[in-house]
Order: sequence, then structure tokens, then C-alpha cells
Amino acid sequence: MISLTINGKQYDVDVSADTPLLWVIRDTIGLTGTKFGCGLQQCGACTVHLDGVAVRSCGVPVSSVGAKKVTTIEGLSAASSHPLQLAWIAEQVPQCGYCQSGQLMSAAALLAKKTKPTDADIDAAMSGNICRCGTYQRIRRAIHRAAGA
Amino acid sequence: MAKTISRRIFLKVSATGGALVIGGYLPGLHETGTAEAASLFEPNVWVKIGADDSITIMLSQLEMGQGVMTSMPMLVAEELDVDFKKIKTEWVPADPKYGNPNFGGAQLTAGSNSVRGMWKVLREAGATARAMLITAAAQTWSVADNTLNTENGEVVHRASGRRMRYGSLVDRAAALPVPKTVSLKSPKEFRLLGQPTPRLDIPEKVNGKAVFGIDVKRPGMLTARVVRCPVFGGKVESFNSDKAKAVPGVRQVVKISSGVAVVADNYWAASKGAQVLDVKWNEGPLANLSSVEIMKKYAVLAEQTGKIARNNGDAPAAVKNNSRSFERVFEVPFLAHACMEPMNCTADVRADRCDVWVPTQGQTASHEAAVAASGLPGKAVNIYTTYLGGGFGRRGEADFVTDAVETSKAVGKPVKVVWTREDDIQHDFYRPITYIRMWGAIDGSGKPVAFMQRMVQQSLMKRLGPLPPDGVDRISVDGSATLPYDIPNIRVEFIETDPGVPYGFWRSVGASVQGYVVEAFIDELATTAGKDPYQFRHDLLSKAPRHRAVLDLVAEKSGWGKPLPAGHARGIAVMEAFGSIVGQVAEVSVTNGAVRVHKLWCAVDTGWVINPDTIKAQMEGGTLYGLTAALKGEITIQNGRVTQHHFNDYQMIRHNDAPEVEVHIVPSTETPGGIGEPSTAIAAGALVNAIAAATGKRIYKLPIRPEQLRG
Repeated sequence: MISLTINGKQYDVDVSADTPLLWVIRDTIGLTGTKFGCGLQQCGACTVHLDGVAVRSCGVPVSSVGAKKVTTIEGLSAASSHPLQLAWIAEQVPQCGYCQSGQLMSAAALLAKKTKPTDADIDAAMSGNICRCGTYQRIRRAIHRAAGA
Repeated sequence: MAKTISRRIFLKVSATGGALVIGGYLPGLHETGTAEAASLFEPNVWVKIGADDSITIMLSQLEMGQGVMTSMPMLVAEELDVDFKKIKTEWVPADPKYGNPNFGGAQLTAGSNSVRGMWKVLREAGATARAMLITAAAQTWSVADNTLNTENGEVVHRASGRRMRYGSLVDRAAALPVPKTVSLKSPKEFRLLGQPTPRLDIPEKVNGKAVFGIDVKRPGMLTARVVRCPVFGGKVESFNSDKAKAVPGVRQVVKISSGVAVVADNYWAASKGAQVLDVKWNEGPLANLSSVEIMKKYAVLAEQTGKIARNNGDAPAAVKNNSRSFERVFEVPFLAHACMEPMNCTADVRADRCDVWVPTQGQTASHEAAVAASGLPGKAVNIYTTYLGGGFGRRGEADFVTDAVETSKAVGKPVKVVWTREDDIQHDFYRPITYIRMWGAIDGSGKPVAFMQRMVQQSLMKRLGPLPPDGVDRISVDGSATLPYDIPNIRVEFIETDPGVPYGFWRSVGASVQGYVVEAFIDELATTAGKDPYQFRHDLLSKAPRHRAVLDLVAEKSGWGKPLPAGHARGIAVMEAFGSIVGQVAEVSVTNGAVRVHKLWCAVDTGWVINPDTIKAQMEGGTLYGLTAALKGEITIQNGRVTQHHFNDYQMIRHNDAPEVEVHIVPSTETPGGIGEPSTAIAAGALVNAIAAATGKRIYKLPIRPEQLRG
């Protein structure tokens, strides 16, 4: 059994130690907001927070998580109330929406570190997250909006 | 929205009697509510009005980011005169009664045909309901129909100000005959259409609640990964499943038509099992195929005359007899779609029925594939759809449905098949590789007198059916045969061939090639003639006023002709694609071969507008899709296999190199055009023309490589 704290809730899961955190979150816990896009940490669709730091959950073996607190998109806020979620709606960011959980989690980790990120900060923090629909400029606008710029 | 799709059984009150109608809910995905009985007015298959004033609009065109979940019901709501904020939507299953007339009644979301195919059907559905509600109120009040108006879900008697809610009229309306014809509003009467309207799908796309195909769960469901032959068309000769079955969680290993499916309790176990599976392949006849050789063969084929797609004047003679004529050769590569959501499908095949949950662009194609794979009669096969994590043409195919249905049938349990990213890149239906010869000629005054094209390509139309008698694939020549410029001698030829690589519909399809080739060549004609590329096009568009207006607008908004920072240059392009006219200007700089796109301007005339912000979003995103292909996209083939594997060697534009796209919509009352694809088609055109302006180097081969621009 491996103990995990996800979105403030404790889970004991019976999975092999090499299972990526992504698949524990999706298949074992059943939270499907975190997405599988590539499995090689190249697209960012699976981004979650470990103690507030954005990580690609497809590349994190579950056995390495330990006591670190996992936050997924479902735990980002109560009732979609995070300033980024509100900004995402205001700017009508998502198209297909598949990458947006990962985009939001990367952006939330950025805003937690830098309350007023510059465009260069956004490039640095967000370029690991691919959006095939091309919503990048709206994501940028939404991050600035959420930061109160 | 998924939350609104609860299981309800409605009592249909209609002229034909009280038949039970069950809505298009997704079994197992949503909470099952209490069955309720309520009066319901259902004048056609698209709209249901309840006694409780509920308005439910049925969705058949599928949501893959292009906004149809919002734009389709807006069309109904406009004519019905209801508050859009109060409507509910429901996805329909595979059922011919929901077909798109642009596809002969098939349910398919492709070719920018949602608005173009459905606007009239859906507006008439709303207008019919409204007309019947008016008649019902007129009978109630004993007044004439034409003394009544509608407003926000109520019928209003103009003279007295009396009002009745639609819900209070459903019983009477349901008893009326359905009118055969209804009149539609003129665009200037629109209240909802043309207003920026928040998309209905966005709230659940920011909190992880949106259900995509890959998120589907069924009781007792297993997950499978399919091991496929790396060579196109290769087959399983034999396999040994001992090592795979030794992986904890792996339940069964079964041969299916696309390879060997490793079926497990969860994805990770299936994936580990797949990695250790021993398969011996019969690689088949394509094991020596290479994209370099394919292009060489195409070059030889292009020595011959092709089938004539367009012929005005005598272009060959004009080219031959003109001292200022030239020939250029263009090459474009195979491209993969690379949807963010890997292909997947969930199937539950029983002895007497087959249920399929799938993120598809085509319910009809999915249904046909499931019927074939299950061996069950059509009426025993049910297709339920989810959100699509990208489509771009890839999800118009149904190979993933076949995977899931065959696997579920083999193991006797519900199975979700999930593709890997490698599967996705290496087993796509690719945008076809293309070889194009172009000839042009300019007269003494700098006017172009000849435009000639000969293209060699796999036939896209053949994926849908036979070519017409003239042998011309109109999809492949979309953008060249439709050349808008006033040039006296025009000839377009098409040569079909098929090296065997799976190919298909990639966002903007034939126009994805022509938007680049035609506009790059026109630009070279302009600069060869010593003309400004904008003015040159403007002068040639006297007979194409919509093109000219779009070109003028994008030139104006981009500041065409005004000074730029040192090293920056602009390029321009204009074309018609999917019934819309799109113009674009790119501003770039090139440093040591590296292209930086600083900004793009887009103008579009897409007829009367439904949701303007969706149009802007599609122009923004579609442009980046085309830009990604032009700057990075190439699938190559060696030894019958795709060379690229993943996002590391099939790269995407990311935040740090994505330019802003500024969009301007031309006010128009023309019939609506498509919007999902035109900006993808044109993106490479404006880009390569800007690069030529910056460096003096013309790009004849995509993708653009730094080596092409150095020295």
C-alpha cells in the first residue's frame, strides 16, 4: 500500500511502485481531469502540483511522492473560483479543452511564485504545455488578467 | 453540458399520440434521475419545449474546440426567440434523423460543414416551433396569428400586451400540424446571432469535469493497448504472450485486425504488458517504402500532362512564348494530426448488443465500423459521443472504434482501448505528400499572363468515393482551380497516384497545400514583375470584390507599407477556402536561418456571423495549426515506417514561439462559410512571403528549415 494525499484527502493505493502518479490519479483514484497526452513529459497535459510545484505526473513514479501533497485540477479551487479559472472563462480560453487542466496547473504554480508575471515569465513557466488548438495568446491574456495586470 | 444530461423519460404529447421518447443521455456517465412525466412539445428532432418552459436543443455536430456546442443551439434559439442562457443541450446518438445534409445525411463534423450544412435546418427547426407556438396562442386568444409576436420565451399579443409562456402552450402546440414552410429572420433582425456569446462547454473545461473519450468509465471495464506493426499494412505472423501475461494486472492478450491487444486492469499494466510482448510481423509489400523515393516518383509522374481541373486561354503557349516566364517546383510533406487526446474508444460488446463511447467526428462512420466489427445488426449497435480532445480530421476515421469493438468482443468485457502518442504519430492517416510544378509568365507591363499548376498527390476524394468522370480531385485543387485572380491564361492539372501510405483529411485538406503553393507563387510573380505584393493582388481582384475587400482590410489593419523595425518584413496572402474568404499578413524576422514570427493579422469574410468570438478563436488557433506545420511539421518514411515518434521529433509551436494573431471580421450578410479551416490553409502563404521579403529567399519546400535560409 502506498499512501497519498490528493486534494487534501488521504488515499491508500495498492499499485506497483513504478506506476506513474498520472495513472494512479486517473485509473486508481478516478480523478480524470488530469490528462494523458504523451507519457514522456513533453506535452504538459498531465501537470499537477507536488507541494505547490508544477510537475508532469506521467513522469513521477508513485513511490517517489511520499508525504508531498498532490493537487490536481479538481483540487485547484472550490467551485471553479481560482482567479485563473475565472480568467479562463472571461477570456474564453479553451477550445477542445484537453490540455487546459495542465495549462491551468502550470499557470497556478507560476502565479503562486510570481504575483505579476512578465511575458518572459509566462514563456518560461508555460512552454512545457502544448495546446494543439492554439489558445496560447488567450492563455497569456488570462494569466495577466488573473494577476490583475 | 454534461450536467444537464440526466436520464429522463419524457411523455411526448403529439398529434400522433403519446409515444415515449428517451433522450440521448450517456448511460453510465451521469447520475440517473427520477423518471418524470411532463408534457412536451417536440415539433421536430432538434428542439423540445417542456410545460416547465424548459428548452432542450439537440446536438449532433460534435465539439472538438470549434464551438459548435454553442453555435448550433444559437441558430435554433435565434428563430425560437428564447433566452439563450436558459436553454439545455443534449448530445444525440448515431441516428440518421440527425444527419448533416452536406454529407448526404451522414452524421459527420468535418470540412467546416457544421454551420454550412446545418444553419438552415436548425433555424427552420426553431422557426417552426415558434410558428406553432404563435398559432397555439392565437387559438387560445381567438386572434389572428399575425397580431402576435414572440419575445424571450413568451408569445405576446401586440394590441393588448397579453403574454403567454411557451411552456403553457405546449399541449395545444403539440396538437397542431407542423407547417411545411416557415419564414426565417433577415440578418438585420438577429438579436442573438452576431453577439459574442460565452461558450457552453468552457465552464467544465476549466475544472476537470468535462468528459472526453479517454475519461469514460464502465462497470467492469478493462483497458487495452494495441501493439501495431511498425510497417504500414503489416500483419501479425505470430505472437507469444507469456511475458506480457506475467505482468501483474494483464488479463488477456488477443489478436485483432490492427495488431495484438494487451488487455489489463488499467492503462499502466496494459502498457507494461505491451512493452514486453513478443510479436513476429509479416511486414508485407510496403516494407521498403521511403518518402524520399515517393517524392522522386512523383517528380517523374509530373513530366506527364495531368487531368484538367481548370483551363482558361492557353497557358502552356503563354508560358512558352513569353520571355519573362519561369517554372518553380514545390514540395510538401506528409503530416500527422497530433490531437492532444490520443485516439481511444470504449466498447461493450454483448451477445445481442454493442455499446460504444467514442470521441469521434463521425457518428455514422463509427456506427458502421462497430457494426462491421461486432457482427451485430445496426439497430443493436449504439454510439455515444463525448467531447473530443482535438479532431482536425483524424477523428473522422474509425480505426479506433474497430480496435475497441474487436477487443471487447474477444474478451467478453467492456474495454477501453487507449493509443500511445507513438501510435498516434506512427499510425495516422496523413496529410498527403505533394509534388507541384508551377509555371507563370509576366508581360512587358508587369501583368501576369499565365498561371499553370500540375500537382501529384494521393486523391483525397477517393477516401469518400470514386473520382468524377473528369478524373479531377476537387478537394486536392481547392485553392488553385478556384484561383480568384484575373489572369488570362490559367491551367490546373491533377495527377493521381497512391504509394500506399494511409492518408486522409488534415485540417483544411487540399487547401492546406494550395494556400501555401498558390500564394507563394503569386507573390513571386509580383516581385518578379517589380510590383508590391499587396497592390499586385489588389489589381488582379477586380472581379472578386469579396477577396479584394478582405485583402484591403488585412493590409490596412497590419499597416502594410508602413515602416518596420530593422530586420522585420511583412508577407501577405488571400484565398477562399470552405466558403469563407481569408486574408493574412505575417510579420517576421530571420536571424541565422531562424524564423521569428512577430505577429499575424487575419481578416475574414465568412458571411453572416453566429458567434464572433468563436470566429476569432478559430482564426487564431487555425493559424497556429498551419504555422506549426510550415515551421516544424514533417512525417518522413523509411523502410515502410514513420521516422518520427513523439513530440520531441514531431514538434509543436509552444507558448514561447506562438505569435499573437489579430483577427478582423468583415461585416457581411452573405451565406455563412466555414471557419475551422480557412486560416490553417493560408498560414504558410503569408509566412513564406514574409520570409522572402526579409531574406530574398523563396521557400519551395516545407517545412521551413534554417538551412534553406542561411548563406
